[in-house]
Amino acid sequence: MTDRESRGGPAIQATGLKVHFQTAAGLVRAVDGVDLTVARGAFHGIVGESGCGKTTLARALIGLQSATAGQVNILGRDRAEWARADRKGFARAVQFIFQDPLGSMSRRQTVGQTLEEPLQIHGQGDRAARRGRVAELLDLVALPATVLDRLPRSLSGGQRQRVSIARALALSPQVLICDEPLSALDVSVRAQIVNLFARLQAQLGLTIVIVAHDLAIVREVCSAVTVMYLGRVAEEGAAKPLFDDPAHPYSQALLSAVPSPDPRIEAARPRILLEGDPPSPRNPPPGCRFSTRCPVVEPRCRETEPALRTVQHGGAAACHLADARDHAMI
Amino acid sequence: MTAPIYEVEGLVIDLYTPTVSVRAVDGAGFHVAPGETLAIVGESGSGKTVMTLGPLGLLPEGVAVDLRGTARADGKDILAMSPSDLSRLRGGFFGVIFQDPMSALNPMLKIGPQLAEQARRYAGLSAEAARKEAVSLLARSGIPDPEDRYGRYPHELSGGMLQRAMIALALAARPRVLIADEPTTALDATVQAQILALIRQIQKEDGIAVILITHDIGAVSVLADRVAVLYAGQVAEEGSAVDVLTAPVHPYTRGLLASVPDFRSDNASGTKEIPGIPPNQARLEPGCRFVDRCDRAIPACRSRRPRLQAVAKGTVPHRVACPVVIAAEGIVTHD
Repeated sequence: MTDRESRGGPAIQATGLKVHFQTAAGLVRAVDGVDLTVARGAFHGIVGESGCGKTTLARALIGLQSATAGQVNILGRDRAEWARADRKGFARAVQFIFQDPLGSMSRRQTVGQTLEEPLQIHGQGDRAARRGRVAELLDLVALPATVLDRLPRSLSGGQRQRVSIARALALSPQVLICDEPLSALDVSVRAQIVNLFARLQAQLGLTIVIVAHDLAIVREVCSAVTVMYLGRVAEEGAAKPLFDDPAHPYSQALLSAVPSPDPRIEAARPRILLEGDPPSPRNPPPGCRFSTRCPVVEPRCRETEPALRTVQHGGAAACHLADARDHAMI
Repeated sequence: MTAPIYEVEGLVIDLYTPTVSVRAVDGAGFHVAPGETLAIVGESGSGKTVMTLGPLGLLPEGVAVDLRGTARADGKDILAMSPSDLSRLRGGFFGVIFQDPMSALNPMLKIGPQLAEQARRYAGLSAEAARKEAVSLLARSGIPDPEDRYGRYPHELSGGMLQRAMIALALAARPRVLIADEPTTALDATVQAQILALIRQIQKEDGIAVILITHDIGAVSVLADRVAVLYAGQVAEEGSAVDVLTAPVHPYTRGLLASVPDFRSDNASGTKEIPGIPPNQARLEPGCRFVDRCDRAIPACRSRRPRLQAVAKGTVPHRVACPVVIAAEGIVTHD
């Protein structure tokens, strides 16, 4: 842990967080009791499949989604209280990046206007100083000055995501929460944006939370990772140790499902194929939520929901068959 | 080598909208034989879908199309066919799996009857036999309780189950070529693995030809026997999956693979990026399409269009359209 991470407690601490939605078909428990700690200066990945609640969790952390229960502290302050008492101060400290950059920008504003707007709203500098900051921001995300007068729709997907990252950085935030910022991008462009995040994180000392479904990329760039399943944390820990020796059978299956780009490795390795789809978050099974698909399920798994406990890689997993000395393998 | 069952050569496709014309495919081609899986790999706009489906008349709506070249299915010239013959060919000879199952399934009709209709029309089955066939197709596609699912509407199925239902629909006419256009892009990792395993199993059992259109190198690595890498409407490199994915020669293929991390490989290179973006296909220059993003480019690359040259002999030729790397690395060519 670096100096930056140890000073002044975690960047984000969520306790007992629940987000439930009332729908015509019944109550959806999108996030159903999540404790999450994101260290200062961490690059924290949240992974899991559709319906696991990862996007809802990210939105609830910043207050884009109101929580049914639980508390979120950001940089040591109660998030809800902070946002109420000092909305602009909160916005300067914590920023959000959406999956679809086009949907989060005004179609009629040029890139220059898009980047200058937050500076105007927060009364930062005179016109010349703001222009200078905009130029700095473009530099930071490696965009040429020629994009300043262009409209979002005339940019490529990668350029748009760079603009939305630049805008999020305009007010020098300490925490950046990103909802699948890579999903809409082509492979080679995805690598550009991943490397941009990693560079910014190191250069600016940001804390970054990134919701992602490309597991290989998460292992590559993230320092910590949380694996979610049906609204709960299945496993968490430092990224590389967790990926190298996942303790939760779901994490094992999820990682096994990622193919290697090398066909020789792919032909030789045994694959775990889970049966069926994840159950609906409207109707989670009793006991362990993964018990309906788990290849090593035991009777107690269907009765008692396992709590997170410390496992071999130093993180924690919610599995009856895992502890600090050993864990089940599927 | 078995004779190809679907073969496209020297294909040029221009797309015209009211404001621009785009050369989507520029002298590209491919072939696939029964029992073989060919992956056509490329990023958005590389022309991979248009090249594969265009000769069958499956093209974007609302644009005018100019298509030249040759395309043969089972030796017959597709481009000279009458519209009704082409329609029969599309429905029976080819089966297509799309990225979005709802683009192929009618949301107003129950799943089972849609399959049965396809089986009746193209496989010539009686109504009763078609119903049985539909249930067995659902079972074969890994859908649990197929009798029950026969009477369900598409919206009652999960994403993974819908993808399976669409695979069942594509198989209903007993196609000889199965074209899967980004079949797993919209799916979660564990469901992706299931669908890829299913396609592989069908391919082995029926001995049909499979064309996988994708940008997902992982899916290619799981399924493909051969790979064609498409860049800006041209084939940059082609060969066996092992040759292309583990010993790539073209700078674009090398860059593409270096941008994909592999957490199982000891010598994982991490995520290297290719700078820049693909060229504007409304304003193409005469030379190599990749020149602006290429770290190996020399002045001649701007004026000379590279042709595919065989860099390895063998049953599956490995061909590369980059004379610069071939010369610089002393690679022996065979044509």
